[in-house]
Amino acid sequence: MEDMLFYDRMQFAFTITFHYLFPQLTMGLSLIVVYFKGKYLYSEIEKYNDAAKFWMKIFALNFAMGVVTGIPMEFQFGTNWAKFSELTGGIIGQTLAMEGMFSFFLESSFLGLFIFGEKLLGHKLHFVTGFLVFLGSWASGYLIIATHSWMQHPVGYEILENGRFVLNNFSALFSNPWLLPSYFHNQLASVITASFVVAAIGAFYILNNKHSEFGKLFVKTGVGFGLVSSILVAFPTGDLVAKNVVKHQPVTFAAMEGIFETEEGGSEIVLIGQPNMLEQKLDNKIAVPNILSFLTYQDWNAEIKGLNEFDKSTHPTNIPGLYYAYHIMVGLGTIFIGLMLLAAVQLFRKKLYTTKWILWALMFMLPFPYIANTTGWYTAELGRQPWLVYNLLRTADGASPTVSAGNTLFTLLGFIGLYLLLGLLFLMLAGKIINKGPQLNNTH
Amino acid sequence: MELFWYIVLMTMLAVYVILDGYDFGAGIIHLFFAKTEKDKKAITNAIGPFWDANEVWLIASGGILFFAFPTLYASSFSGFYLPLIMILWLLIFRAIGLELRGQIHNRIWEAIWDKAFGISSLLLALFFGVALGNVVRGVNLGNVVNGVSTHEAHFFFLPLWNPTFSPHAEALGVIDWFTLLLGVIGVISLAIHGANWIIFKTNSDLNTKLRKVIFNLNIVLLVLVIISILIWHLIEPKPFHNFFKYPWLWLFPIITLTGLLGLFKIKSFKKDGYGFIFSSLFLFGGLTTTVSSIFPKVLPSTNDINPDLTLYNVAADEYGLSVGVYWFAIAIVLVAVYMFIQYKVFRGKMDDVGYGEH
Repeated sequence: MEDMLFYDRMQFAFTITFHYLFPQLTMGLSLIVVYFKGKYLYSEIEKYNDAAKFWMKIFALNFAMGVVTGIPMEFQFGTNWAKFSELTGGIIGQTLAMEGMFSFFLESSFLGLFIFGEKLLGHKLHFVTGFLVFLGSWASGYLIIATHSWMQHPVGYEILENGRFVLNNFSALFSNPWLLPSYFHNQLASVITASFVVAAIGAFYILNNKHSEFGKLFVKTGVGFGLVSSILVAFPTGDLVAKNVVKHQPVTFAAMEGIFETEEGGSEIVLIGQPNMLEQKLDNKIAVPNILSFLTYQDWNAEIKGLNEFDKSTHPTNIPGLYYAYHIMVGLGTIFIGLMLLAAVQLFRKKLYTTKWILWALMFMLPFPYIANTTGWYTAELGRQPWLVYNLLRTADGASPTVSAGNTLFTLLGFIGLYLLLGLLFLMLAGKIINKGPQLNNTH
Repeated sequence: MELFWYIVLMTMLAVYVILDGYDFGAGIIHLFFAKTEKDKKAITNAIGPFWDANEVWLIASGGILFFAFPTLYASSFSGFYLPLIMILWLLIFRAIGLELRGQIHNRIWEAIWDKAFGISSLLLALFFGVALGNVVRGVNLGNVVNGVSTHEAHFFFLPLWNPTFSPHAEALGVIDWFTLLLGVIGVISLAIHGANWIIFKTNSDLNTKLRKVIFNLNIVLLVLVIISILIWHLIEPKPFHNFFKYPWLWLFPIITLTGLLGLFKIKSFKKDGYGFIFSSLFLFGGLTTTVSSIFPKVLPSTNDINPDLTLYNVAADEYGLSVGVYWFAIAIVLVAVYMFIQYKVFRGKMDDVGYGEH
């Protein structure tokens, strides 16, 4: 039984982690591609259309990867989490079915038109199809976060005698206080990924002295979008998400921040340190006094409850994992703001394209938004454990009762092999597109 | 309300089979009949802009199943665990076969993705037929062993096969001689369907040959359908019960027959689209006939201890189902608009769409 649950969790964690590498770029990049196309329509400068076309190629490849790795997500609720699906399907089935009906049809119908239809449609309609793909992908994010929010903070339900959750208020699913902060936090994080990818490829072109005209455009665009999104992801959205956690999941908040015991006269903010679960303390801690209380309650001396105040059975199952995930996300987020600020200052002084070390930094920063997005999601998911539906349904009670550990391990190994192949193919083909670079289109 | 969502779900699944069915069929034709680069181009051009949106009908149907019939979703997805995960893998191979082939011009690269696309299409067609067979035959609900349920009455687990490949064994498997027969019917009928789509959407050199292929495959299909009707009662003891109870249901077998027999005139059709209409009729009729014969069961029980799953005992609660009607009504109108636009832009022959040329 223990094994079954372990492999079910591993498979979901592995497939969702791999899957989300793609949609985070899809959502952010669709915005930037639409920006390039719109800028072309407005200015009629061919360069912007070429830029849109170039990023569309990356977008199409990335989108395909997102689609093929996304379908297993919807299936796995039923295959591996049958009990959870049976009990909560009447509620989260709403939002997940809406995702299929409202966003997948929109995205997939217009993606084909967007990729193949430029000549058929003309530039204005081509822009519209791009915009609709963007809309579809952001609607998809919204409905997924609505589902996620219900699991974190269940609303609008009642529980029947047989343990089934039934919906009694549809609109509550969308007025859930968890939803909007999480949604905007997540979408901005995906814009960060896209901005850094665009800026990194731009920096690569400038440093490589190849396609450097496009390189400058990409760096400028990436820094513009990146600066705004890096700031907004922390404040106000990240702040609001954290306040939801404090309010509704205080034990999770204590674990995230690494507070083992309540501190008198206000809590310090931990910058670095390793959770020592044996002695229930942080080793090698570097912390700044009272900051956490201020950030949380705007009061230097406010009390923040430590893990010691909560029953052990409600503690997150993997406290060190949760603590690290959260701190990596926050640490990287801080670095993103710093780097983007520096780059923006140099851009303003018209020195960015010659400030080599910033270009190198931008180029090497490419994987880190992916890590920040992933650890951000780990924070949310590990933070919810040991619950599937917070405080109501335990993860251990949600797995499929009839699927044995051996079968799940078999499919997990299959997914690992297949996704390794997909990852290699993606890198190879993306590398090819990037190496070839944008094509100048000076036919008129 | 349950009945409404049942009809919605079955209709969406039928639309899925008709739409993505031509993609699978095109893949099968690609595997066996496309010899030249020109043939292959014609086939991928014919489905290139559509297959992704077609596949969404499966995902959306899955969503509707989850939302309206959560118990059936949970029971069948965990019970058919291995074949479903394998379908996912095949869908991945089909997709990357189509999408990646044109990215690099190299004979080995192209050969790999041609086969990935063709073989996965073939196996998917087979699996979907087998799946339908499993729904008709039923499963050992509650995993009853020696007269005792080992699980809750609505859960079960099926291995891929049992050693006897018999649909009457106590320990059933996903693949047995009955479900395999339906799998083969799936492959043949989708191959015909895909060939019809290629004729409809291209001016390829293959088209004349494909008309012959369709005619010959249709003979095989007719034979297999007759065999399956003759042995159907071995699986479902009262196959005609519902049709005598509700005579209007005969409409569905009539549609099936129209599609099947109509296709024998494939060589004299005046318009290239007619064949596609007939194979669509066959698929739609075949599916609806099958599900009507077991209605209101959605997954029969093969033991006497646990009851069949019917659309009434697997559905979500009344409020959720009612409120869903509102958003579904909006969504389905939007979907119709998208499809209209999509098929209008890519109307007519598709030989020059340049799919996969990046």
